[in-house]
Amino acid sequence: MEPSEGELIAAVLKGDAGSFEPLVVKYSPRVFATARRYARRESEVEDIVQEVWLKAYQKLPGFRNEAPFEHWLMRVAVRTCYDFLRAHQRNRETAFSELAEPDEDWLERFVSEPGAAVEHSDAARQLVERILEQLSPPARLVITLLEIEDRSIKEIAALTGWSLPLVKVRAFRARAEMRRILAKIAKEKYL
Amino acid sequence: MNLDELQQKLIATARANPPSDAVPYAFEKRILAQIAARPALDGLALWSRALWRATAPCAAIMLLLCAWSFFASNSGPPPADLTQEFENTVLAASDQDSAADSTW
Repeated sequence: MEPSEGELIAAVLKGDAGSFEPLVVKYSPRVFATARRYARRESEVEDIVQEVWLKAYQKLPGFRNEAPFEHWLMRVAVRTCYDFLRAHQRNRETAFSELAEPDEDWLERFVSEPGAAVEHSDAARQLVERILEQLSPPARLVITLLEIEDRSIKEIAALTGWSLPLVKVRAFRARAEMRRILAKIAKEKYL
Repeated sequence: MNLDELQQKLIATARANPPSDAVPYAFEKRILAQIAARPALDGLALWSRALWRATAPCAAIMLLLCAWSFFASNSGPPPADLTQEFENTVLAASDQDSAADSTW
């Protein structure tokens, strides 16, 4: 019979680092998927995930069994991703006049016939990524968690460590920031 | 261009295309190797790290206090005779002692 998560964690805390491996195997897909929402290059994604696991190992003595390990780990993951965004925010500014051709085509199609521009296209996905990259770190985090992952304000507060009013304020600002970016695209492309 | 509709469309696109959850081969081995390579932190190491981090703020506070005491002492009227002031300060304690002796 395989040991439970609680037993594995207890073994790690007693000094058996090998018991950490099944936890890494089990939860790495989830952590990778989270990291890929915030970093594009695979080398950056791997760095983030590695950082998440090292932090988790280091902070494991502070883990209490009140909540599932996965929730606690996702808190560590989201905060590490936020730190990554803050550390790399200087690379954000790019002009939309440099949009790739497929992205422009998708936008053209949307303007001419909004219903025909499909969501399941690479161009649309690339465009979303480019727009998200333009957002400030808190705005990107909030838009990703609230709009894309469809999480509640309370969940976001628990994941980020921000207070409920702060999440609400940041969500309001993030939506406004996104609208400003979309207005900028419209202005650069169609005015 | 309808910006609200574009925003909704883009959000829907992001929802419809969740990122891959693929994990590189033997990633867990890499993590365990990293953990094994990390030096174990003892209490002394934590203290020395904290003290090293405190050096810069302490030096800054010291410089501020030095500057403050320098400018504070210079802001008042200059003493008439520096040697007399110095002598009074040094001998203040012995003057007090002799005053106390004379009362007996």
